[in-house]
Amino acid sequence: MNTLEIKNLNVSIDGQAILKDFNLTIPKGEVHALMGPNGTGKSTLAKVMAGHEDYTVESGEILLDGVNILGEDPDEIAKAGLFLAFQYPLEIPGVSIANFIRAARQARLPEGEDINAVEYYKELYAKMDALKMDRKFTARSLNEGFSGGEKKRCEILQMSMLNPTCCVMDETDSGLDIDALRIVSEGVNLMRGPERSFLVITHYQRLLDYIVPDVVHVMFDGKIVHSGDAELAKELESKGYDWVQEEFVNAPA
Amino acid sequence: MNTILENPTTSTTDEPAWLADRRAAGLEQFKNLPMPSARDEMWRFASVGRLSIDGYDATDAPAADTVAALVGRSNLVTEREGLSVYVNDAQANFEGISDELAAKGVVYLPIADAVAQHPELMEQYFLKESTELGSEKFFGLHAASIKAGSVLFVPKGVEIEKPFVNYYWTSGEKAAVFPHTLVIAEDNAKASVVDIFFSETEENEALNVSVSNIHAGAGANVFRKIVQDWNEKTVSFQLDTTVADRDAQVKNVAVNIGAERARFENQTRIEGPGADVKMYSLTVAEKNQEFDQRTFQTHNAGNAVSDLLYKNALLDNARTIFSGLIKVAEGAQQTDAYQTNRNLLLDPTAEANALPGLEILANDVRCSHGATTGNVDADELFYMMARGISKRVAMQLMVFGFFEEVIEKVESDELAENLRQLIRNKFESKIK
Repeated sequence: MNTLEIKNLNVSIDGQAILKDFNLTIPKGEVHALMGPNGTGKSTLAKVMAGHEDYTVESGEILLDGVNILGEDPDEIAKAGLFLAFQYPLEIPGVSIANFIRAARQARLPEGEDINAVEYYKELYAKMDALKMDRKFTARSLNEGFSGGEKKRCEILQMSMLNPTCCVMDETDSGLDIDALRIVSEGVNLMRGPERSFLVITHYQRLLDYIVPDVVHVMFDGKIVHSGDAELAKELESKGYDWVQEEFVNAPA
Repeated sequence: MNTILENPTTSTTDEPAWLADRRAAGLEQFKNLPMPSARDEMWRFASVGRLSIDGYDATDAPAADTVAALVGRSNLVTEREGLSVYVNDAQANFEGISDELAAKGVVYLPIADAVAQHPELMEQYFLKESTELGSEKFFGLHAASIKAGSVLFVPKGVEIEKPFVNYYWTSGEKAAVFPHTLVIAEDNAKASVVDIFFSETEENEALNVSVSNIHAGAGANVFRKIVQDWNEKTVSFQLDTTVADRDAQVKNVAVNIGAERARFENQTRIEGPGADVKMYSLTVAEKNQEFDQRTFQTHNAGNAVSDLLYKNALLDNARTIFSGLIKVAEGAQQTDAYQTNRNLLLDPTAEANALPGLEILANDVRCSHGATTGNVDADELFYMMARGISKRVAMQLMVFGFFEEVIEKVESDELAENLRQLIRNKFESKIK
């Protein structure tokens, strides 16, 4: 069974097509990287998957474990098992990390059922320790005044606390120094398993040294133009995106 | 109609001459000054047409069982040094200070007792600070009518950790109340008070004209917390003045939820260098409520700090007006004065008005003023929903997050939690 199937997805904003017959399948347990130059539609794909309402979906399907999530509200998509790690996590003043994640966990419980606070904090602290986050962060306002690395760690913390089946990571490596990149990658690698799939969106190959993908896709002008194994990322890094354009876009099919 | 407007009464016959004079002067001020008009700069944006004090009158306390019930409901702060409860300006309960504090010279008394027992102190401080922000007429009415309230005097060097808690209730038909809180902290003294304004029911109409004065001596530390949760049938004036001497630290935190129409005049006067005065306010406005906030930070001495933060969340057809002025006197160099007003509009029909202002006569100061008005941020909402949180819960989290910056400043877990509950009661059902 595939975790994620995107079929013939066409998306536009203000009349301008951004995703063009986009297709992607990620089997359970696999990590796929999606690479491509800026402005090619990678972040749009991530937001559409998570249910952002600013985009116009012309046609297509996004199946999560066989169920179409396209057109659902963001909270329903999240509860169905998709997690989007944001490129630019928002700052939410006055809402602590602990209360925020707790509300997200609570939303996944049946009506009338409450989470066990003791077990919740035990799990939260253990996962923060793994991400080398100070426990004092639980009381701080979500992402407010955080450094770039702290924000991304906080995204991974949320991802691991919410136990998604499909993780979409949008440029998680942007703004990270090497230490933070390593810590974040370790957090992701700990979550890899036979029941979970990952879509790692990145502009640079660097992240894929730490999170080694099963498949690398190259995206150009709204669709995937080439796919390969982890070596493809290295080839891209050395040859650049112009190579992609000459080799796979301009060349006759 | 025989109303308090035409004929304010004072209950006192054996008061000292100075007080009788001040009451008479207040009565003159009340009678001679005109009602506020929309043309008045001090009342700009206020819907003065809706401002009526007709038909209210000082009334007796309700029946004993009602009073007992209200005393029972006066339970927001359990850890306290003293307590006073008034219902329609009649004393319903009073817990005075310990013998130990009394031996140190601390005074905590109802106003009338303080006048009788400490006439010199009261002559020096009581009813000495009027307002300059537009409600001079109503200050006059207060002076003529005041009988309820408490006085806290803390002598030099005495530090008291637990707060003194004053409850002011209204009950019955068209009651007029005139609560008064007077805090005098001498040099290096430390004290805190909580003033709580409640209505017996959701329906009993009332008029409030309250006054509070804080006098903080050199190095004194005073913390005043105000909970205004009148019902939405109340017209309320709160005329508050803080006077801070050298190195004094004063903090005012107000949570405003109630009243159909609430006018706030909050004056801070810094009279000594090194003083540090904070004014924080949180308002939740719904339905047709109008909260009209006028503030004045005066720096008469240099090297001092005043910091004001007023946050308002508005729903339905509610209106808020924030008008603030910072005035730095000539020679008050090295002043740090800040004024911030933030408004969160949760409905397109709500209206927030902001009039920040500065008047600076010194040349070496740091002053800032700013006002922002905005809606719930769509990107923040998407971010929270992308974690599985429903729109309604996400809105609630954001709105409570907006409040939290002020609520946590009360520095008491119990009171903070009680305030959150009061806001939740009013508010939770409103966010769809």
